[in-house]
Amino acid sequence: MTAAVTRRSRRPKGLTAHIVLVLAVLISVFPFLWTIVMATNTTQDIYKSPPKLTFGSQLLENIRHVLDTIDFFGSMLNTLVVATVTTVLVLFVDSLAAFAFAKFDFPGRKVLFAMLVGFMMLPLQLAVLPQFILMSDIGWVGTLKALVLPALANAFGIFWLRQYIQNGVPDELLDAARIDGAGFFRQYWNIVLPMIKPALSFLAIYAFVGAWNDYIWPLVVLTDPGHLTLQVALAQLHVGHTTDYSMVMAGVLMAAIPLVVVFTIFARGFIAGATEGAVQGS
Amino acid sequence: MLTHWRQYLAISPFFVIFGVFSFFPVFYSLYLAFQRWDGMGTMQFVGLDQFRFLWSDPVFWMSIRNTLVIWVLSTVPTLFGALVLATLLHSVRRFKSFYRIALYIPNVTSIVAVSIFFGAVFSNNFGLVNAILGMVGISPVPWLSNPWLIKLVIALLMTWMWTGYNMIIYLAGLQAIPTQIYEAAKLDGAGPVRTFFQITMPIMRPIILFTVIISTINGLQSFSEPQVLFGSNAANPNLGGPGQAGLTTLLYFYQSAFVNNDYGYGAAIVWAFFVLIMVLVVVNWRLVQRGRKS
Repeated sequence: MTAAVTRRSRRPKGLTAHIVLVLAVLISVFPFLWTIVMATNTTQDIYKSPPKLTFGSQLLENIRHVLDTIDFFGSMLNTLVVATVTTVLVLFVDSLAAFAFAKFDFPGRKVLFAMLVGFMMLPLQLAVLPQFILMSDIGWVGTLKALVLPALANAFGIFWLRQYIQNGVPDELLDAARIDGAGFFRQYWNIVLPMIKPALSFLAIYAFVGAWNDYIWPLVVLTDPGHLTLQVALAQLHVGHTTDYSMVMAGVLMAAIPLVVVFTIFARGFIAGATEGAVQGS
Repeated sequence: MLTHWRQYLAISPFFVIFGVFSFFPVFYSLYLAFQRWDGMGTMQFVGLDQFRFLWSDPVFWMSIRNTLVIWVLSTVPTLFGALVLATLLHSVRRFKSFYRIALYIPNVTSIVAVSIFFGAVFSNNFGLVNAILGMVGISPVPWLSNPWLIKLVIALLMTWMWTGYNMIIYLAGLQAIPTQIYEAAKLDGAGPVRTFFQITMPIMRPIILFTVIISTINGLQSFSEPQVLFGSNAANPNLGGPGQAGLTTLLYFYQSAFVNNDYGYGAAIVWAFFVLIMVLVVVNWRLVQRGRKS
């Protein structure tokens, strides 16, 4: 009888939940669909009343227009280089530090780690202006180096990987390696790195997406209009031609494709990782 | 010390880079806030002058007001919506990971793309929203020129971007609650609403506190949304849209420092703003903590 009661009360409740969730999904993907609609029509078609709500045939025309207006592939290449280099270096720097913090007791470890956690709270907007001054002093303004280096100090990544190494890499394994004569860096390279692959792939997506979407710092530091990252180039597209939305939307669409591909491939692992980090971070 | 050189070597890249590119700059900007400097000539120490000017600068206070209004308009629906969606998602069995991914997607899209999109859809004359309103006989709404509607559009944009992110965090919290507690409550005859307020909410309090703090820090830093929505050329006297209704404090900082090259004033704005964020974080913390005792 209890079972029957729960079942009866559960079924409609489950249905309502699905309806609300599907509605929420529609709202969250609608901008992507509408971006495609805009990018495949002419601006006049979208601005007609009533507006054209279906996909059109103007996509190639709009893409050509984008390529004529901004150096799309140049800025995409810049973004790709910056995001890739940043990601690889962040993984290396953070995992190495995380291993030291997780498995070794050295003088000052607690203080240094507490400092690192404190650093996560520092609002980096405070640093933007002096960073810019520093970059212009060493002559890096306008270069891609200026984007990569500050992004390497990723305190969150160390914090997060340390938790993972502490729980996920057994001490016995490291002890055994030590007995076999493996030093610090061999243990890191041969044991720790292979064992923390899921955590590394989460951090990789996190760092890559962050670098790909970064806006305020590239806007400030990339001064040469012929040498921009995608986000800044997109924003310029918008400023220069406020009325030609079809063209701008074609640009938005083209800029989103690589990220959507990366995200869809790794989505499951990424969201599971984000969840873990969130609960541990609280 | 010497026996641990490998460990120090392993952690040093982070500390060196952080020190040079983040830690030192943060405090250097405090130093700058006491100077008058255009970035080219010589620095001139002016004491508290920048802060005095800030105190009586109506644009600064307007930017603070704008930021706070946008923050409240976006944070409340974001966190409430996230909690509702997480509770629903926790209750269903099928399609769970599909929902999680689909609802998280807004958070990994670029702010620039989303801002351009919202600009197009809420455009005063031709936007989709006004076109749909027109079809049901409502005359066009000036979304991007009315001071309140400008803030509403920016807040909607932020709500769209951050609800899924917070939902994922809440969902993780819900999954960590042992099911036995719910079974016990059911045996005692507690309905779903009572269970939610007397069991779920108290257990989730630390996680809610975490999201409130994160939303305070993130939400007060709105910059890209109004910057992209309302264009950004140096000659634009209406930075932040008509009537500067979308001029957030960070956008005002950007304008002062990088458009007007008033470095000292820019540094003063951003430090005053940081103090404001800290105050709000502490106030929020206290509010959520006090709620626990009563």
